Amino acid sequence: MPRTLIEPQFPIERLSILDSDGKLDARLEPQLAPDDLRRLYRAMVLGRRLDERMIKLQRQGRIGTFAPIKGQEASQIGSIFTLGPKDWMVPSFRETAAMIWRGWPIEKILAFYAGRLEGGQPAPGQHDLPVTIPVATQLPHAVGLAYAIQYRGDDAVVMAYFGDGATSEGDFHEAANFAGVWHGPVVFVCQNNQWAISVPLKKQTNSRTIAQKALAYGFPGIQVDGNDVLAVYAASREAVDRARAGGGPTLIECVTYRLGMHTTADDPTKYRTEEEVKAWEQKDPLTRFRVYLEQKKLLDASVDEQVDEEIARAVERFETMPPADPLAMFDHAYAELPSGVAAQRAEVTARLEIPSHGAAAGSVEPASPPMRGQRRTSRWTS
Amino acid sequence: MAKLNMVKALNLALLEEMERDPDIVVIGEDVGVDGGVFRVTEDLHRRFGGRRVIDSPLAEAGIIGASIGMALYGLKPVSEIQFSGFSFQCFHQIENHAARYRQRSQGRFHCQMVVRMPYGGGVRALEHHSESEEQFYAHMPGLKMVIPSGPRTARALLVASIRDPDPVVFFEHKALYHAAKEEVPDETEVMPIGRAQIVREGRGLTLVAYGAMLRVALEAAETLQAEDGVAPEVIDLLTISPLDRETLAASVGKTGRAVIVHEAPGSFGPGAEIATSIMEGAFLSLEAPIRRVTSYDVPFPGFAREKATVPDAARVLAAARETLAF
Repeated sequence: MPRTLIEPQFPIERLSILDSDGKLDARLEPQLAPDDLRRLYRAMVLGRRLDERMIKLQRQGRIGTFAPIKGQEASQIGSIFTLGPKDWMVPSFRETAAMIWRGWPIEKILAFYAGRLEGGQPAPGQHDLPVTIPVATQLPHAVGLAYAIQYRGDDAVVMAYFGDGATSEGDFHEAANFAGVWHGPVVFVCQNNQWAISVPLKKQTNSRTIAQKALAYGFPGIQVDGNDVLAVYAASREAVDRARAGGGPTLIECVTYRLGMHTTADDPTKYRTEEEVKAWEQKDPLTRFRVYLEQKKLLDASVDEQVDEEIARAVERFETMPPADPLAMFDHAYAELPSGVAAQRAEVTARLEIPSHGAAAGSVEPASPPMRGQRRTSRWTS
Repeated sequence: MAKLNMVKALNLALLEEMERDPDIVVIGEDVGVDGGVFRVTEDLHRRFGGRRVIDSPLAEAGIIGASIGMALYGLKPVSEIQFSGFSFQCFHQIENHAARYRQRSQGRFHCQMVVRMPYGGGVRALEHHSESEEQFYAHMPGLKMVIPSGPRTARALLVASIRDPDPVVFFEHKALYHAAKEEVPDETEVMPIGRAQIVREGRGLTLVAYGAMLRVALEAAETLQAEDGVAPEVIDLLTISPLDRETLAASVGKTGRAVIVHEAPGSFGPGAEIATSIMEGAFLSLEAPIRRVTSYDVPFPGFAREKATVPDAARVLAAARETLAF
């Protein structure tokens, strides 16, 4: 038998609409309303300014470690803009700008990074999962959500975020494979920021693009200039519309760059050059979009000021939160506390010497110390 | 009343729950058309279709991760991991997410899901097909760990697990699947999770066991009664976590002695927690050190040697006699 050629269709498109100099490809320009363009820009600025503020808060010890987003604003806002309130967002841990867009109050995000459980609680009816920290493990959840949406016959799309490093994890591949087989309404948004802590993309994968990985799983992948909010928007719009219409999953690779550190505990000067960072600063997603808006006479000069004011108010609300109640750690460990854990809760209550909390624990009482009773002889030996 | 083996009893639980609640889906490798490699999901695919009885791709993390996503949306997946020895490939999904989602989201989301896994030795199987890993799951806060000992408890506890709002890891001992038939009530029976059963009342000694080790403990108890004139109390634990500390303490408070039997290796196993629990709850009643009879602290040695490590009645008997003679 001859050796024949199977010809799979392996096209990978790359989309760029607004380049780093602010030059526009007018044929591809999405038709967005002026208000939407202003909102997009404001959300990107808010992401950037909050990031800067959070680094200060972290350095002052007012919040703990977090993953800055600087440089990735367009990837996040251009994509999340295409979701409606019925749609689902599945974040990893570097989507602060997108989370704010979805309605997470800034003070809640700050509380989360201050080590407080209440910061991870989505509001009632909010279709967002909380931050997921183990890399790529949230992606199968997105696929399961999409399955459930199809199962119930609902009209919703799931958008799941992850980074370039996540594409090395088994969970990414398992999720992509399940998504391809099940053909559910899920859009995978990879923020390829070139670095997984200190490991560059070329050591992460030998694939020419991340987008092409989708093709192995039987659905389209597209690479976009992740610093071009219009391109990210256009690709996301297409993917979300396709998913909603029953066309199955898409993988969008947003080629971007983490201008800051991996987390506030990281020192990127140890593994990458200043020249590289400077080159990417020239491609800043905010700069080119500002130029675009200026040309359209849509730039509101007071955006920075408004955003700073919004952040300041949120920081104030965060700082005036009541202290974290230790007993709250028991509130949602189980639907109903097992008696052994209820006894531990009672122990904490007693240790805190808060009688009112003891009452809240109901009939639970601290376990009696075993030495309190009288030694007795068992029936066997008597 | 019908007499069913454990496979049929589990199948009945799935069938009756799926008929009751359309949010219940079954997902796993070969659970659909094939009815599961042990036939626990037999006929469900024909009755409920491929949307509800899902033949998934061969990937444990994908199965459990997707089940979590379904549960977050409000479905109630019953996921099957074909053998518990392969559950380490989804261990992170269970620990990192299923067990934590209620707390992480502060009650906004939770994972009402059951992860069924066949476990245990005695079926002449390859490596990774004979192990007992309940201790890993029993150690996870936010998760429940259930192990029935026969057809009736299997059916009643699987129903309870499916209805439990928290995630449950549900172990089914392979050697029990076809071991015996038992009367199973016609009406759906629900046994409470977290409650042990005293299957044989007695005095002088408490034997604590679960899963396939219950039969071993009962066999030892018969011999003790016949040959030693001691009628031990036997506890079928049924739920490993949360542990029924009250029943354990009350029993040993009465008997004064305890021998714990499990198939998992001894060190850091459930026996250690059970013994501590007895010590805390019945210290002043203890007449002898608590003994554990478990598999040895070696990787499962293959079925040609499994009888040398998996506890049998003779080992339980020897430990019981030493305890009684202390």
